[in-house]
Amino acid sequence: MDVILGLLYVVILFSLVAVQVLILVFMERKVSAWIQSRIGPNRVGPWGLLQTTADIIKLITKENIRNIQSDKVIFFLAPILAFVAPFAGFVTIPVAENLGIQDLNMGAVYVFALGSSMVFSVIWAGYGSNNRYALIGAMRSAAQMISYEIPLVTSVLGVFLIAGTLSMREIVALQESGTWYVIYQPLGFILFLVAATAEANRAPFDLPEAESELVAGFHTEYSGMKFAFFFLAEYTEMLVACSLMTVLFLGGWLIPFVDNSQIPWWIHIFVFIFKVYSMIFLMMWFRWTFPRLRVDHLMQFGWKVLLPFALVNLVVTGAVALWLKS
Amino acid sequence: MSEQLTHSASKKAFRKDIPLIDQIPPRKKHILRGLPESELHVEEFLMNIGPQHPSTHGVLRLVVSMEGEVVKSCEPDLGYLHRTFEKISENRTYQQIVPFTDRMDYLGSMNANWGVAAAVEKLASIEVPERAEYIRVIVAELNRIASHLMWMGAFAADIGALTGFVYGFREREMILDMFEEICGSRLTYGYIRVGGVAEDVTPKFIQMVNDFLKILPDRVTDYHDLITGNVIFIERTRGIGAITLDEAISYDITGPMLRACGLPWDLRKEEPYSLYSKFDFNIPAYFNGDCYDRFRVRMDEIMEAAKIVRQALDGLPEGDYKVKKLARNIKPPVGDVYIRQEAPRGEYGVYMESDGSIKPNRVKYRTPSFTNLSILPLAARGWKIADLIAILGSVDIVLGDVDR
Repeated sequence: MDVILGLLYVVILFSLVAVQVLILVFMERKVSAWIQSRIGPNRVGPWGLLQTTADIIKLITKENIRNIQSDKVIFFLAPILAFVAPFAGFVTIPVAENLGIQDLNMGAVYVFALGSSMVFSVIWAGYGSNNRYALIGAMRSAAQMISYEIPLVTSVLGVFLIAGTLSMREIVALQESGTWYVIYQPLGFILFLVAATAEANRAPFDLPEAESELVAGFHTEYSGMKFAFFFLAEYTEMLVACSLMTVLFLGGWLIPFVDNSQIPWWIHIFVFIFKVYSMIFLMMWFRWTFPRLRVDHLMQFGWKVLLPFALVNLVVTGAVALWLKS
Repeated sequence: MSEQLTHSASKKAFRKDIPLIDQIPPRKKHILRGLPESELHVEEFLMNIGPQHPSTHGVLRLVVSMEGEVVKSCEPDLGYLHRTFEKISENRTYQQIVPFTDRMDYLGSMNANWGVAAAVEKLASIEVPERAEYIRVIVAELNRIASHLMWMGAFAADIGALTGFVYGFREREMILDMFEEICGSRLTYGYIRVGGVAEDVTPKFIQMVNDFLKILPDRVTDYHDLITGNVIFIERTRGIGAITLDEAISYDITGPMLRACGLPWDLRKEEPYSLYSKFDFNIPAYFNGDCYDRFRVRMDEIMEAAKIVRQALDGLPEGDYKVKKLARNIKPPVGDVYIRQEAPRGEYGVYMESDGSIKPNRVKYRTPSFTNLSILPLAARGWKIADLIAILGSVDIVLGDVDR
């Protein structure tokens, strides 16, 4: 019975995420068009809404080309892992009070662990393609993810110190009695936002797939559905990162200054989605405004700016927490 | 590049009726395999940038020798857009040459037209009406603005700010609309012809130019806010690909690239041709010779060009826009001529030799993109691959202009 239920969850979650990604791609196009004083897609379907659907159909029906010198197994596995890792992260994210697949008591650790495994897929893709652009992209990605993983996790440790738990649902519940953690941890929030943008390979940190330098970076050799998986993975990862931000810093499904127990669950879902999409809009705004960093500047920024600030944030939070306790 | 780039699955080629792949024995070796495992092995590797690549601005191929991310040497491989324009020009009558120059520097077509027209006029001693000269100055300077705006957008995209690309196009679009109004064409104008210009300017065109000059300063201020002051942009361009003035002169670099090195050399001031001695304008110059200064020189030049357009528009006299009676086939006396003008990318020279017939005996174009590109291997050595793209972008090449 558990197996069937589990499979059902996977199917539901997959369809939800896939639809979200469709909406996100459409949103990205419209946001970029708005920023660039263009119109954006407006031909396929009402207001161009079906444009991304048409693109997916195009990608599915495209010929799957593989470089004859590539490493067959690794080349095949990379896009799968790329998608599965962030997708599995959704399991612990609570969308509303009693809505969420599983609440692990180590939920946050689980999501971060899955996020780290993303780097494997990028390195596999780069190595397996046997292409120099892809290889450089993969190497950049490895260096980048290591540099940003540490500030990413360090920046949220403050939240865990205040909350005293790693369970996502409890963290949100704790924000109901007090205030959102973004008030207590403004520095942590900013650091997390920057590091999460880098972690999701979004501009201005999109070095692994720097278009003007490396054509398409680690997925240069991919086409058809395999490419679509990388595409899907990027947006899924963004979705996970923004959901995490919402849960850890922005009070999850909670509405401020209101007694949340009186509000029906479906409004909570909308509140959650609204918060996530606001953060995603912020990330899109970054992408279409900033130039790309160079690889050594990126490293310097990660190790010399983000990490020290994250550590200072952690130490100060710990000291204050200890002082308040005593 | 000894490696053969083969496509997947010998069974599946793009053209399925052609057995392309089967003839090439597949190389099973992976680029990383076969390296000694016992020690850390450092090896330079060749990377082929282009001819199909998002940032080579056309069909340029760069063979880059790299050590990790660092460029050890870089060798441009030209000729993918070679269309024998010099030879074709020798087989056409003097008036027929002009349209070919549109296809050379397709972002500065007006300036390219003008060089040939001026050369033929000097060779055949044709006096051009004053109104035609004024119109020429107006369209050439507008084209300079359009070219620099386009460059600004492309450069921002090379750095990774894709939005800049679209913004650059927004104002360029207005200039293209103006050109469409006077000559019906948006890219290959053929507007400046031997003995004048093709059509007289219309009142609507003048109105459009006036409107454009009104909004341009605001827009350029916007770009300075968005791009010039951006910390990431400054980090990516300041000091990158710097060349000294001596190097620039010894490589025969001209145009904004030379002016970024500290020498305000501009043919419009140094050897004023046409009406340029009448106008009041400055030659912007900066001193570091890096990508950032090249950017600033071009941005300042947009405003200086707008100044010239303003003055030329105010002083536009009445009269003919072309020589009334011009022979169908001009037969200039025997002799040769070299005309050089300041095109958006640098010094644009036309050498023409007449043997007294209706066709020139020898035509040679000295195009700025070609000579400016020659400094790329020097400027890019030792920088990272991301900088190589920035440096290549800052040179402002038009491949039609390089290969001719």
